[in-house]
Amino acid sequence: MRGSASAASGRAADSQSPMSFAVVVFPGSNCDRDCYHVIREVLRRPVCYVAHAEPQIPDVDCVIIPGGFSYGDYLRAGALAARSPVMGAIRDFAAGGGLVLGICNGFQILCETGLLPGALMVNTALQFICRWVHMRIEDVNTPFTRDCKPNQVLRMPIAHYEGNFRPPPEQGTGSAEAEDLFCGRIVGRYCSPGGEVSDNSNPNGSWSSVAAVSNREGNVLGMMPHPERCSEHMLKGSDGLYIFRSLVQWWEEDGYE
Amino acid sequence: MSESGPRWEKVGLTEGEYGIICRQLGRQPNELELGLYGLMWSEHCSYKSSRKHLASLPTKGSQVLQGPGENAGAVRLAADEDTAVVFRIESHNHPSAVEPVQGAATGVGGILRDVFAMGARPIALFNSLRFGNPDCPRARYLFDGVVRGIASYGNCVGVPTVGGEIYFDEAYKDNPLVNVMCIGITTVESIVRGRASGVGNSVFVVGAATGRDGIHGASLLASREFDDGGEDMRPAVQVGDPFCEKLLIEACLQLLTDDAVVGINDLGAAGLTSAASETAARAGTGIEIDVARVPRREEGMTPYEVMLSESQERMLVIVEGDREQAIRDVFSRWELEAVRIGEVIEDTVLRVRDGEQVLAELPVDTLVDAAPAYCRPAEYRDRGSEEMPLVDEPEDLGAVLVSMLGHPNLCDRRSVYQQFDHMVGTNTVVSPGADAAVLRVKGSRRAVAATVDGNGMLCHLDPARGAENIVAEAYRNLSAVGARPLGLSNCLNFASPEKPEVMGSFIQVVEGMARACRKLDVPVTGGNVSFYNETGQRQVYPTPTVGMVGGLDDVRLSVEPGFSSRGDLVVLVGRSLGHLGGSQYLNIIHQEVSGPVAEVDFSLERAISEVVRAAAAEGLLSSSHDVSDGGIATALAECCCLSPGRLGASVVLAGTGRSDALLFGEEGGRIVVSLPPQRLPSLCRRARKFDCPVTVLGMVGGKSLVIHRQMGEGDDISPPAGSDSSQWRKHLQRAQMTAEKLMDLPLDKLMQVREDGLI
Repeated sequence: MRGSASAASGRAADSQSPMSFAVVVFPGSNCDRDCYHVIREVLRRPVCYVAHAEPQIPDVDCVIIPGGFSYGDYLRAGALAARSPVMGAIRDFAAGGGLVLGICNGFQILCETGLLPGALMVNTALQFICRWVHMRIEDVNTPFTRDCKPNQVLRMPIAHYEGNFRPPPEQGTGSAEAEDLFCGRIVGRYCSPGGEVSDNSNPNGSWSSVAAVSNREGNVLGMMPHPERCSEHMLKGSDGLYIFRSLVQWWEEDGYE
Repeated sequence: MSESGPRWEKVGLTEGEYGIICRQLGRQPNELELGLYGLMWSEHCSYKSSRKHLASLPTKGSQVLQGPGENAGAVRLAADEDTAVVFRIESHNHPSAVEPVQGAATGVGGILRDVFAMGARPIALFNSLRFGNPDCPRARYLFDGVVRGIASYGNCVGVPTVGGEIYFDEAYKDNPLVNVMCIGITTVESIVRGRASGVGNSVFVVGAATGRDGIHGASLLASREFDDGGEDMRPAVQVGDPFCEKLLIEACLQLLTDDAVVGINDLGAAGLTSAASETAARAGTGIEIDVARVPRREEGMTPYEVMLSESQERMLVIVEGDREQAIRDVFSRWELEAVRIGEVIEDTVLRVRDGEQVLAELPVDTLVDAAPAYCRPAEYRDRGSEEMPLVDEPEDLGAVLVSMLGHPNLCDRRSVYQQFDHMVGTNTVVSPGADAAVLRVKGSRRAVAATVDGNGMLCHLDPARGAENIVAEAYRNLSAVGARPLGLSNCLNFASPEKPEVMGSFIQVVEGMARACRKLDVPVTGGNVSFYNETGQRQVYPTPTVGMVGGLDDVRLSVEPGFSSRGDLVVLVGRSLGHLGGSQYLNIIHQEVSGPVAEVDFSLERAISEVVRAAAAEGLLSSSHDVSDGGIATALAECCCLSPGRLGASVVLAGTGRSDALLFGEEGGRIVVSLPPQRLPSLCRRARKFDCPVTVLGMVGGKSLVIHRQMGEGDDISPPAGSDSSQWRKHLQRAQMTAEKLMDLPLDKLMQVREDGLI
């Protein structure tokens, strides 16, 4: 996987150039500027926007699909965006091992595109929820989480109406054993501040308290919490930096292999 | 309103007004022309009952970049910086009473457009809401719907909703109030005005197509009282499309980086008619519009309907004649329509054509400025004339505090603001739940703070003093987070101005507000008036709402209300007088909306604000919280409940008179702060400079809120010889031994009752 990520970007071999990012902008994206700000001002890495109608993505090392209400999300969250020209290019980029991070609406779009398994349904409370939650990192062997310790608890905000994760129906929905059948990797679960996973700490009714999921290969991650909203101390939390720093560290150290 | 009555009645005008129109025109207006007058001379658009009185509000200040009369007001964030803060508050009461979700949603849409029409990127939304008692199913339906409407629109456009206030009272049972404020940021040079300058320039309508929704919204819905429920008026409510608005924001802001744009205006109440005539009036020009060119959502619309439509997500843009393609390019990139519908003309008239045929031609000034300004009959109330009710002092004052904290008017609002995305934009430094919200300005060390405040109960008891208290509270709320107040926008919600007692209270509210703004040096940069908030016999309280903005020089020095460190001293800046008139204590515990309203001591207000701001700017304070609804006991409980480390406190209150008055009295002029003991001397030095009383009340720590009362006359607690934490702790423990314990409430319990209040 690592090798293929480098091949996809075609630039990792050049150790002089820093890791570069693209932020996708759909009509109705509204966290695009926030992601751009963190990459540029906090991580201090090159970043550009790429519009929904582009059939190709620029030569970058990581693509971020930000939160928002793409195309208004009037049909089903992410459903229209999944069929936009840029997603075709992102599918190819991911197939070549390129890193793709979908946050909130970006996670919904990745599920609708089929790059991630499962779907995000309406929260069980039938309300939009914006608040801080805790997420336990279940898998540190992804480029997005390698800076985390196993079972580390991150404090991050969520803000969504449709964040109730369901695995593909044929893989069962009820029992814990069904997780073995799940064709993705569970990367983060909602938990208590102490790291305990239970219904009490599950804000939206997600199956198995899932907050973040990656594909089998680990190069595509979808997460409901917003790391870009907690990457500066001024914003009452900087745990989001674990995700962004993991990416940069992975790319700088392992991405060359 | 009847179909068979005289022609002026069909458009909501009086016979007298019709006569003025005929005299000014020198002829009778045709049907379309009369309809346009009906819109522009409606209470909602012409301010005919309020205009004369509003003139007394102070609007000047060196920081003011734009006062009343434009889409929104604007102030300079700091003298040495070119950041401009654009803001306005507006009501959407009548539509929300008829259809709460869409009514509230389109209120958010409208206020956003007012702000980005000035060239500013919207960075925050606020709201001020009033409903009947939440136990009543209809009030609950309206409350839930309004919250859902604000959430659905604000969340989708990606502008955070970062603050607000909600009160429940039977007075708002049939007429909820929904006031929404938007704040935007731009640079001083980039502010755009809604002016149709330059004869020959093109007039575009951009954004959504025009439909039949919202016809008569301004003239009928917002300018008369309801019969009951107002269900029959539902078609007059517009439907919002926040996705379209988001595209419109991005397209307009991109467009305004090009100097081809001469002016831009929201198509809000009274749609094209109002936008066209107001932009022309501001520029001293005329406008010609061809209704045949206006893109429509449905077939068969008459020219009258096109001119009246209040379809959402549309803007009027005036562009230099030869630069039309640039406009079309920007809008097509955002997949929006931009259609040239007319041009700026030399004759100062609004000319409406349908193709070649001229349908209406009216002098712009008769539409905009010539509407009659009424001095309606008014009955006045005497200041402070209310009698203080006789109520027994309850035995268990701890139980009283618990009941108050769990009351819908005072409890935790988290269940509401959790439904609003209050973080998008990553500027929200101080979140909902605090005295004021603080938003950083990216690329600067400075920050914008803002708050919305209103109090209908106080204005019901004493309109002038009530209004003074509201302005003072907003001023205090900004100071409590460390911000310097810069300006305010107001929203004046009243019942029918045709009733003398309503008109009297309106005039007194405006007088009180003007006086407070002068005394506190806060200019008014705009606002709106909403009359006719009454149904049958039930009128809303006179409810002015103010949205005040301020600035902080260093965003890192903003202060929040929750206690933050064990061993900090709890200090009262200001003084307690134990004033119970018009208090939430009387309202909630004794079901009494009565008593004289406290007088505002403006010099004290200024002093406490100066002290707290200076202390915040020096980084002396661990926390700071305004004392308002529910008095000092409630404020202290909030400081504990909002403490990130769940810290309690133990305090001793000194004062004469009843204990309930000491605990729950409301008279403004107070901010509770906490700070490490070694910083107390610095705070006291500041206080002496401004001649401001400062009292040490106790210490932060433990898992409960313990309130004692000093027996007898007693002096304030004077500082011990040394000033470290342990000496202070011993000193305070000694003081407590001679004091009477009024309550000892575990924090978990307080937090639980606050949380359950709105469920």
